[in-house]
Amino acid sequence: MVLPATDPLYLDANASETLRPAARAAILAALDAANPASIHRLGRAARHILEKSRETIALHCHARPQDLVFTSGATEANALAIHALGANRPLLIGATEHDAIRAPAQAAGRAVTVPVTRSGVIDLAALERLLAAHQGALVCLMEANNETGVIHPIPAIATLCAAHQAILHVDAAQSAGRLRTDPLGAGAASLALSSHKLGGPKGAGALVLAPAIADRLTPLIIGGGQERGRRGGTPDLPAIAGFAAAIAVIGPEEAPRLQRLRDQIDDGARALGAEIIGQDAPRLPNTTCLAVRSLPAQTQVIALDLAGIAVSAGSACSSGKVARSPVLDAMGLDALADCAIRVSLPWNCPDDAPMRFLDAYQNSITRALHKADRSHIASAEPVV
Amino acid sequence: MRVVVAMSGGVDSSVVAGLLHEAGHEVIGVTLQLYDHGAAAGRKGACCAGQDIHDARNVADRLGIAHYVIDSEQAFRRNVIQAFADSYAAGQTPVPCVACNQHLKFGDLLGLAHDLGAEALATGHYVRREDGPAGPELHRAVDDARDQSWFLFATTRSQLAFARFPLGAMASKAEVRAEAARMGLPVADKADSQDICFVPSGSYADIVARLRPDAAAPGDIVDAEGRVLDRHQGIGRYTVGQAKRLGAATGQIVTRIDPATRRIEVGPRHTGSQKILLRDCNWLIDSPAEPHPAMVKLRAREAPHPALIDFAAGSVTLAQPALAAPGQACVVYDGTRVLGGGFIQ
Repeated sequence: MVLPATDPLYLDANASETLRPAARAAILAALDAANPASIHRLGRAARHILEKSRETIALHCHARPQDLVFTSGATEANALAIHALGANRPLLIGATEHDAIRAPAQAAGRAVTVPVTRSGVIDLAALERLLAAHQGALVCLMEANNETGVIHPIPAIATLCAAHQAILHVDAAQSAGRLRTDPLGAGAASLALSSHKLGGPKGAGALVLAPAIADRLTPLIIGGGQERGRRGGTPDLPAIAGFAAAIAVIGPEEAPRLQRLRDQIDDGARALGAEIIGQDAPRLPNTTCLAVRSLPAQTQVIALDLAGIAVSAGSACSSGKVARSPVLDAMGLDALADCAIRVSLPWNCPDDAPMRFLDAYQNSITRALHKADRSHIASAEPVV
Repeated sequence: MRVVVAMSGGVDSSVVAGLLHEAGHEVIGVTLQLYDHGAAAGRKGACCAGQDIHDARNVADRLGIAHYVIDSEQAFRRNVIQAFADSYAAGQTPVPCVACNQHLKFGDLLGLAHDLGAEALATGHYVRREDGPAGPELHRAVDDARDQSWFLFATTRSQLAFARFPLGAMASKAEVRAEAARMGLPVADKADSQDICFVPSGSYADIVARLRPDAAAPGDIVDAEGRVLDRHQGIGRYTVGQAKRLGAATGQIVTRIDPATRRIEVGPRHTGSQKILLRDCNWLIDSPAEPHPAMVKLRAREAPHPALIDFAAGSVTLAQPALAAPGQACVVYDGTRVLGGGFIQ
């Protein structure tokens, strides 16, 4: 492939955060570990890694270690929450949820969608009406949206849920490590986490539970009774060790720095005529969703990729096809939904990223929107 | 230079990508996702991508070139599948491959190639693009058996200027497969695609009946004098020239379909007309003011007919009568060169 002159600039952290060096070291150190269920000393050594990791992550979530169930990722954690906590309850899901919530809730056949406002925040009045109509529901909401970074007010939502005997599951895949919040403390029943969204490796995640419900969880995978019978299968120890190491090294200085860079991108993009989706709502510090009217998102993503800048748009299915974003559809953006790209800065985003991004962004916009007379291309040069 | 290659996942476009890559161009592979494969195959919740898209990705990966999948489902549904059904419902013969080339490959995809700063769009079509004194010309492929020029008559002159067809000069499909094998492409032995791509089962009548239920309403099969010979189960199952499904009229062919009365008229096999009117003409030459003798093809696979072409009026006078099916393309040739054409009215 003809590579751009410089290394690709990775601005797709919400798809997968850059692996943190501490996580890499922890993974390597755990690669030779034995089975943590084994009786012998090597088994105990492996168990030590597992339980230390559990403590570290639980601490970060203001939870007790015994209330954390390791999974293969946030998708499995969300599926487990819906399976175990949502049994026989109405399911209320946000209109901008990720497929990891939407698909299992819809498969259960009793999902009710809670609308969002035009800025992408959950419509609290609508939520209250739906809670009243569906008493005792399981409400499933993401704390921060993967495409726009828009943050739902979890404490206010949790209060409403409590008033209607509903329980609240929070998908914290994008917010864990990026926001210093405490959804469980605010009243949520459970929290789904993803290792690779916060700088750990792919293949690990967790469902963190409120103490009252932690012990009565019907597993999705029964198997050998691991994770106190809540998730069968030998845990992926290197991934879990990397997960814990990643969450432990996130410093308080990270978010303000990323927000500064993100704001530079927003300002520059606005100057180029772009609209910032969800700009009126609280957003993740590292995320922005930029739209240029009448310029298809897939064209923008490809043009930026060819210029060595990795961003994304919509929801990529396994074919790699860029489909229209249901998130932006739910926000009522109509045609603009087809023209929005997501820029999400990784923890190690270089300081010159806004400049490099805006430069390439301007080039791609200019070329596509000013469709000059194409006849100049008529000079026929044989290609083979 | 930067070249976008339309990669279908088949051996032809894969070889095009490989040859251009070898020639040192910056090749960008693009595959259009035209329909939801899971839905087409009747599998709910199946992955939206068919095997062809995975094949295209694998070829691009083998070559080490960029590759993207573009969602063209809406445009394909509107411009090709719906138009296909509408054509049957109007008693006409659709040419979906022409519509796809016209609207998707040389419409949307060419626009994307331009937006990405590419200098050309290359496809795996078996045609030649030659540089003549008055600009680029469209010619039949060297391999007569593979020639696809009939399907590309609607390519405009400016589209042609941007297009490249590296396979037009290949002597045979075997040569293309040999190139694929030489480059180690995983599709070297892949079977050729068959029939209409969005009708995997071959039952196009189902699609027509679903999109245009009116085309599935029964009616009469009549002779030229209007005598009823038999009944039919929907004009969506017939095209002009067809000899099948004629019941008591077996041995004859469909000569006319009237969507208003749902009557299918049959006549003897030699039925034909000399004068053909065309619509939506695309001419690849500056139209001569006077009628001009040339050869025309009224369907993709047939020997050309001598005719007199009135370019300005969009009409064709055949030297000998022939059956012209409304909706099909009439493509005009001067030797190997395509002069353009139009859709038969």
